[in-house]
Amino acid sequence: MDIFDILGPIMVGPSSSHTAGAARIGQMARALLGSQPVKARIHLHGSFAETGAGHGTDRALVGGLLGMKPDDLRIPFAFDEAEKVGLDYEIDTVELRDAHPNTALLEVWDGSGKQLQMQAASLGGGRIVVTQLDGIAVNFTGSYNTLLIRNQDEYGAVAAVTGQLSRMRINVANMSLCRHKRGGDALMVIETDQHLRPLQVDTLRRISGILSVTYYDKEEEENASFDTVDR
Amino acid sequence: MLRSIQWIVDESEKTGKLFWEVVLEDDTEERQVSRHESMAQMLTIWSAMQEAADSYTGTRRSVSGLVGGDGLKMRQYNLRGKNLAGDYVGEVIAEALSMAESNACMRRIVAAPTAGACGVLPAVLLPLYYREELSQQQVLEALYVASGIGAVIAHRASIAGASGGCQAEIGTASAMAAGALVALRGGNARAIAHAVSITLKNLMGLVCDPVAGLVEVPCVKRNVIGAMNAVSAADMALAGIESRIGVDEVVDAMGEVGRRMPMELRETALGGLAATPTGQAVKARMAQGKAADMLEKQ
Repeated sequence: MDIFDILGPIMVGPSSSHTAGAARIGQMARALLGSQPVKARIHLHGSFAETGAGHGTDRALVGGLLGMKPDDLRIPFAFDEAEKVGLDYEIDTVELRDAHPNTALLEVWDGSGKQLQMQAASLGGGRIVVTQLDGIAVNFTGSYNTLLIRNQDEYGAVAAVTGQLSRMRINVANMSLCRHKRGGDALMVIETDQHLRPLQVDTLRRISGILSVTYYDKEEEENASFDTVDR
Repeated sequence: MLRSIQWIVDESEKTGKLFWEVVLEDDTEERQVSRHESMAQMLTIWSAMQEAADSYTGTRRSVSGLVGGDGLKMRQYNLRGKNLAGDYVGEVIAEALSMAESNACMRRIVAAPTAGACGVLPAVLLPLYYREELSQQQVLEALYVASGIGAVIAHRASIAGASGGCQAEIGTASAMAAGALVALRGGNARAIAHAVSITLKNLMGLVCDPVAGLVEVPCVKRNVIGAMNAVSAADMALAGIESRIGVDEVVDAMGEVGRRMPMELRETALGGLAATPTGQAVKARMAQGKAADMLEKQ
């Protein structure tokens, strides 16, 4: 923890884990979807389910989906904002296995029908971790620039991507690879120290066997600028 | 990375740098930023604290309806001029209540070190800032002192109620505030360390027992004891009074007490005040969703 984890975050109350973290989870889902969701099903687990209403966890998650940052003064009124922009949301509780007490499972849809399912936990101090993406177990926090690369599960895909990154002088801070089953789609999560330019992201997309690339730039968190193309 | 308050004191005495400079230089090294960038970020924090205080009228109520309005009551009482605490401490009490209420009412605050304890540090700083016309630079230096203290406690013990009880939240905030006050009055690094020790010792063992799991009761008023404790510890340290137990040992002991604290008394709302009949009744009322729309009705 650095000193601005101690003095900060600047946030709408009352709880860094139940309010600020919840807003970040909503923001992350919006960002990974790539555009404004029109429909959301939000499932609260553990302490989020038990004390969420009193902590504004529900409002913060909806606010995040609408692009509100944890310090956005509209968070208490996020339900009204959702109505204004036509976000159809439902919130209920769920019991997940082996999940952190402050976990939310979100299913979101954009206007074109594209769907994303994301499970994330709020770890305290406003920090979050995404633990599942479309059913695949993942582990990233959004505190790095993050590449989410879906590829066909065949030899050479990882080497091709990391080789390209190395030629771009992009250093990999953390990396993981997950798949449903052998030979199916796999998901690479790569956290990088450097920023990637849109052109560089496009280069990765053109690698053979790569199905889609989503790039999350941590410096652009505020406008939730994501860049994704599906083939 | 800051791992020891004694190390900061030793570094200060060895190099002649003040406590806050040691913390600042550690930050520039740790995050690879310039002094200017670091201080600009600290100024953002200070501005947010001031804005939170300035914009709060004290009339809002929390989602559960349990808190709100007490900061205003305290201010009005202070104005009658007969409070026991005197001018400065009277304002400290009012500000601690106001800021913590403001957090409970979903307004914008600065977690210091947590949202639940956000009232302690601004409560001791803001009245001094306005009364004595401290310069912005002085306040920023005090905030570095506070954040350095908090960082060490986070590393050696805990700043989360769920792992260390309320002593980890209000206790840490109180130690940060005490150190900041000593620095503002020209106390050296050693005096800051003694103030931290005294503060933490006096709140050691404080449990986290929030009614219905909400950051409201007893959290709001505990911000007051955190701030008052900081003022008395700072005055003691400035008077030359010393802690008999070394500062890092006190922090380690606080961490140990937190780990031994039963789960029921660590933010789970299963013990202490949360388990009282009144606490249970509030929980039941919240579960029925009766209070959930309080915000909209205001």
